[in-house]
Amino acid sequence: MLPLELRDVCYAANGKVILDRLTVRIDAGPRTMILGPNGAGKSVLMRVCHGLLRPTSGALRWCSSSGARRQAMVFQRPVMLRRTAIANVIYGLELSGFSRRESALRAHDVLEAVGLETAAHQPARKLSGGEQQRLALARAWALGPEVLFLDEPTANLDPRSTRDVESIITAIHATGTKIVMTTHNLGQARRLGDEILFMSEGRLVERASVDVFFREPASAEAKAFIKSELPWQ
Amino acid sequence: MNDVGRAFAEAFGMIGRLDAQLVDIVALSVQVSLTAVVVAALIGLPLGAALAVERFPGRQPLIVFLNALMGLPPVVVGLLVYLLLSRAGPLGDLGILFTPAAMIVAQAVLVTPIIAALSRQTLEDTWTEYEEQLRSLGASRASAALTLLWDSRFSLVTIVLAGFGRAAAEVGAVMIVGGNIEGVTRVMTTAIALETSKGDLPLALGLGLILIALVIALNAVASVIKELAVKRYG
Ligand SMILES: Nc1ncnc2c1ncn2[C@@H]1O[C@H](COP(=O)(O)OP(=O)(O)OP(=O)(O)O)[C@@H](O)[C@H]1O
Ligand SMILES: [Mg+2]
Repeated sequence: MLPLELRDVCYAANGKVILDRLTVRIDAGPRTMILGPNGAGKSVLMRVCHGLLRPTSGALRWCSSSGARRQAMVFQRPVMLRRTAIANVIYGLELSGFSRRESALRAHDVLEAVGLETAAHQPARKLSGGEQQRLALARAWALGPEVLFLDEPTANLDPRSTRDVESIITAIHATGTKIVMTTHNLGQARRLGDEILFMSEGRLVERASVDVFFREPASAEAKAFIKSELPWQ
Repeated sequence: MNDVGRAFAEAFGMIGRLDAQLVDIVALSVQVSLTAVVVAALIGLPLGAALAVERFPGRQPLIVFLNALMGLPPVVVGLLVYLLLSRAGPLGDLGILFTPAAMIVAQAVLVTPIIAALSRQTLEDTWTEYEEQLRSLGASRASAALTLLWDSRFSLVTIVLAGFGRAAAEVGAVMIVGGNIEGVTRVMTTAIALETSKGDLPLALGLGLILIALVIALNAVASVIKELAVKRYG
């Protein structure tokens, strides 16, 4: 279904322009990190790409619109259904058409892959923040998406949980899933990213490989952003 | 003072020896209100779920209207159902006026808006939290509604129990459409009203005590369920 092409995409709400004529092509393969200051429109952009918000104007086109939505998203704050951990994973699988038996098998495997097999039958909402985030990743991964959108997947996690989540993301990428994510952790963007999309005030300001972006950012905005995030450099 | 004391003693006596008349009245009451609340839940819960997830023009006025219906005076419901079911009314051919069936209809009409309005509120709160996630997973509106009903089932049980309490404690509607016929349509509330006016305090008091016990028990069950649910599922 990739590449995904956005042409002159705008999104406005309550008379405020949130995405301003965004034109970008998201290709299969490289892990894309969307960076930018608070309120730049990163989350809105991901929601538009994922189909949760409809652009006010402009066009969004997937290469092949073949039936099933082979994409998934993990939100900044994981939303867990009031069920057990494994039931949360099974729920997503059954919605996308897997049989009951197959769902149970896949759910079991994916929980093992994120290290939650012992928590499988605990109520999802009683898990710790880090465990819930891993469960959210498992629920998305189980669907075998071609593209996975991740909105600040390690935002309120401690270093240990952050490491766990990062290695899960690496594993998901290794199974052939395209990763598109936002983060405010520049170290993480370097570790996990291949290319950077830098946004500011609803516009796409710069696109570069990770190396180039951090070594010699082209735009004044990106320079200022990196400097403010990493003042010691 | 002495009279009241004696009436209480006799009332407890009737409850203690399971007085036949008392038991019949309680049994009919429970049967009527339970059936009414099942009917009301079958209509009110899907309605509440649909209103929680669907967005359509006129939705807000509809919700306001539904909320207003919660406060319907039972006598007015009784009157409307009476007009509907009376010989000359549109449903007169059913011939169910002054039968338990008519009382079930009246109580169901009374309780359906309560269940629909309260469940809409609860389900919409859950929907606010779940919406993006469920849409992201590809849930249709219908399956999202089912998910909400299932995930909120413990709160919904509480709402349905409240509806049952309201039905069982209501007097005006069943009085009008049931007619308070001894052995046929006499329920706890109408019996209390009648026996009190006749001066038969022990029976009235006995029924009153049972009614209070029932209401307290319902509330206790509701709060236990809620507590267990929060403890289990968060
Ligand atoms: N559904 C919405 N309706 C109206 N305005 C919104 C909506 N979602 C976001 N906004 C506004 O759009 C702007 C961009 O928000 P967005 O969440 O995309 O920023 P962000 O880049 O993700 O920021 P952060 O780094 O803080 O997460 C903000 O000013 C926000 O208030
Ligand atoms: Mg954001």
